[in-house]
Amino acid sequence: MAFLLKSAHIVDPALGLDGVADVLIEGDRIAEVGPDLAAEGAEIIDLTGKYLVPGLVDMHVHLRDPGQEYKEDIESGTRAAAKGGFTGVCAMPNTDPVTDTGAIVQYVKTRAAEVGHCRVYPSGAMTRGLKGEALSEMGDMVARGAVAFTDDGHGIQDAGMVRTCMDYGKMFGKVFMSHCQDNSLVGEGQVNEGVVSTRLGMLGWPAEGEEVQIARDIQIARLTGARLHIQHITTARGLALVRAAKDEGLDVTCEATPHHLFLTEDAIDDTYPTVMKVNPPLRTAEDARALALGVADGTVDAIVTDHAPHAAWEKAREFAFAPFGMTGLETSLALMITHLVKPGVIGYGRLVELMSIAPRRILGVEEVRIEAGATADLTVFDPELAWTVGADGYESKSDNCGFDGESLTGRATDVFVGGMRTLAGGSVC
Amino acid sequence: MAFNHKHLIDITEYSDADIMTILETAKAFSQVNERAIKKVPTLKGKTIVNMFNEPSTRTRSSFELAEKRLSADTMNFGGSSTSTVKGESLIDTVMTLDAYKIDCIVVRDKHAGAPYMVSQASPAAVIDAGDGKHQHPTQALLDLYSIWERKGGFEGLRVGIVGDIGHSRVCGSLVPALKIMGAEVTLVGPGTLMPARPDVLGADHVSAHLDDVLPDLDVVYMLRVQMERLEGAPFPSIREYHDLYGLTRRREHLMRPDAIICHPGPINRGVEFDSYMADHPERSVILDQVYAGICVRMAALYLLLGGADNGLSA
Repeated sequence: MAFLLKSAHIVDPALGLDGVADVLIEGDRIAEVGPDLAAEGAEIIDLTGKYLVPGLVDMHVHLRDPGQEYKEDIESGTRAAAKGGFTGVCAMPNTDPVTDTGAIVQYVKTRAAEVGHCRVYPSGAMTRGLKGEALSEMGDMVARGAVAFTDDGHGIQDAGMVRTCMDYGKMFGKVFMSHCQDNSLVGEGQVNEGVVSTRLGMLGWPAEGEEVQIARDIQIARLTGARLHIQHITTARGLALVRAAKDEGLDVTCEATPHHLFLTEDAIDDTYPTVMKVNPPLRTAEDARALALGVADGTVDAIVTDHAPHAAWEKAREFAFAPFGMTGLETSLALMITHLVKPGVIGYGRLVELMSIAPRRILGVEEVRIEAGATADLTVFDPELAWTVGADGYESKSDNCGFDGESLTGRATDVFVGGMRTLAGGSVC
Repeated sequence: MAFNHKHLIDITEYSDADIMTILETAKAFSQVNERAIKKVPTLKGKTIVNMFNEPSTRTRSSFELAEKRLSADTMNFGGSSTSTVKGESLIDTVMTLDAYKIDCIVVRDKHAGAPYMVSQASPAAVIDAGDGKHQHPTQALLDLYSIWERKGGFEGLRVGIVGDIGHSRVCGSLVPALKIMGAEVTLVGPGTLMPARPDVLGADHVSAHLDDVLPDLDVVYMLRVQMERLEGAPFPSIREYHDLYGLTRRREHLMRPDAIICHPGPINRGVEFDSYMADHPERSVILDQVYAGICVRMAALYLLLGGADNGLSA
C-alpha cells in the first residue's frame, strides 16, 4: 500500500522542517519527502491547509484492560487515541491483575496487535501489586516489551523502596515514572487544599503532598543514577524542583496534562462536579499559569492525558465515592492548539516536541523523523477545524471528559501507524 | 419581602432578609410551642422523609418534632440499615423514595454535597440537615435565633467561635450566616483544628489564643470537640485542650458582663467548658438553642413547603 500525501505543512523540529511538501509512504516507511512528488498507484490524499507531524505519543494512558473492560478496553482506548491523533500510547499498569509480570505485559502487547488502532507501549509496575512493598519482575517485563516502570496511581511511600526499585531496575535502562503523593499529607484528600476544600467542606489534597515526593524522588534519582520522570506535575513549586534538577544536570523529566493546564480548582463549584475529580487534583490558577510557562520554557517535557475512563454510574455518586480521573485522548491535541498555540504561547514545533519527540525519547521507543526511510507513524491535523467536544460523541467507552461542550479549534484528521491508516478524514479505521 | 427558595442547602444563597423572614416566622411558631396543644394543621397532607444516612439523635428528633407539630406525615429512612449498605447508590435511593410522591426530604449525610445530589434527583424540597464537613444550615439558623433573642440584632456583634472549626459543618453555615447578618467573626483554635482558608468561610479574624480575644466577644460559641472525627490527634490531650480553650470559671473575668455562651451540643463537660459555665444562668443559652431548633425548623419547613395557611391563628 502506498499513500502520496500532497501539500501538507510539515513540522518536524528534529529536522528543522517547517514548510509545505509532499510525503510518499510505501509499505511501513516514508519513501520520499519533497516538493511535487508523484507515484504511480499510490492513493493520493490532498492535505492542503493541514499539518503533518511525527506521530503523537501519549505516554500516560489508562486502557483498563485487563480487568476493567466496562470502563475501557484496548480496542476502545486505542480508537480514542486514533481519534485524538495519536500513533501510540503508554499503558499504565494499574490493571486487574496489575501489570507486574511479563505475562500481563505480553497480554497487553498481543491484544493491542490484534485489535489496536495505535501502538501500545506497556509500562510495568515498579512494585508487586502496586503495593509499594516488594520489587516486581522488571526483567521479565522488559523482556516482554515493557518500556517504563511506574506505580502510577500511588506514590511509593517508603523512600528506601524507591531506592531499591531504581538501584535494581536501572540495569534495564528504562525510565522510572513517579506518581508523587505522600499519603501522610494527602490522606483521603478529595480536592486541592485551600479555597475549594474549605468552601465545599471536603478533605484537602495539599500541593505539598505532591511536592515532597517530587523532591524526594529527585534526591533518590541522584543517589542511584536512575532516569526519573515526574508524572502529571501540577504545582508551581513542583515545577521549580524539576527545573533545578535539570539545571543540575540530572536525568529528570516531567509531564503535564491538559486538564491541569486548562482547568483549575474553580471548576469545582457547589454542584460537586465529580467529572472534575482527578488525582492529583485541579490546582489554583497560579499553578496552571506556572505550568503553561513551564510548557513554553521547556521545563515540562511532555504533554500527556492521564486518560482515565470511568463508567457513568461510578461518577454519578457522592464526590467522596466517585473515582479520580477524566478522559483526555480525544481532546488533548485540540486543547493544546486552542489554548497554547493559537494564543502564541508556543509554536507548532514546540507542540511536536511536547507530544511526539519528547515522549518517544523518554520512553525509549522509536523516534520518527519526517524523512525517507523513517517508520511512517504520522499525524495529520487541521489547525482551523472548529468543533465542540462531545457533540459527535466519544470513541472511548466512557464520557467523563472535563471539557465536554467546550468549543475548540484544531483536530486530527488522518493518522498513519507503520504506513497503515488508522484515522481517515476524521473517522477511525 | 418574598421568600423565594425551594431548598435549604446552602446558607450563602440566602439574603439577610431571607434569614430574618425565617427568624421572624420561627418567633411566630414559638407561640405554638408554648401552647397546651402544640400542633397546627399547617402541613397536613404533606409527606416529609427524614433521610438520615449517618447517626443523629438531636437533629433528627428536632426535625421530627417540628414536622409533627406542623401535622406533616413523616417517615424516617436511613440509619445503619440504609440501602447504601446493600449497594444502592444515593441517587437510586432518592428516586425510590420519590416514587412514594413525597414533598420534602431532610438529608443528613456524612458526605459533603449529598443534599445537592438529592435535590437533583428529586423534585421534592430538600433541607440539608448536615452534610459531611460542609454545611448545617438549620443549626446556623437556630444559633442566629438564639443570639437574636438575647442580643436583638447582629450588626457589629462580635462573635467568637472556639474549637474544631476545620471539621465543623456547623461553621460551614454559621460563619457565612453571621457575615450575611453583619456580625464580626473571630475563629479561635489551634492550627490543627483550622480549615485551610478561614477567610473563605468569611472569618474576620483568626486566633490561637482564647484569652486574647475573650474580652472583645459578645457571643462565645463553643464547638464540640468531635472525638469521633479527630484523626491523627490534633492536640496532645484533653487536659491541654481544656487548659488552652476550655471556657472555665477562672476565665469569666475576661468576659464582657453581657457576653453569652452558645454550643451546638452535645456538650462535653470538662472539655469545652466546666459545669459552672455550661450551666451559667445568665450567660449560657445552650438549652435555648435546643428549643430554637424546633421553632426554626418549623419555620423553614413552613416557608419551603409554602403552606397557604400558617395555622398561627388557629
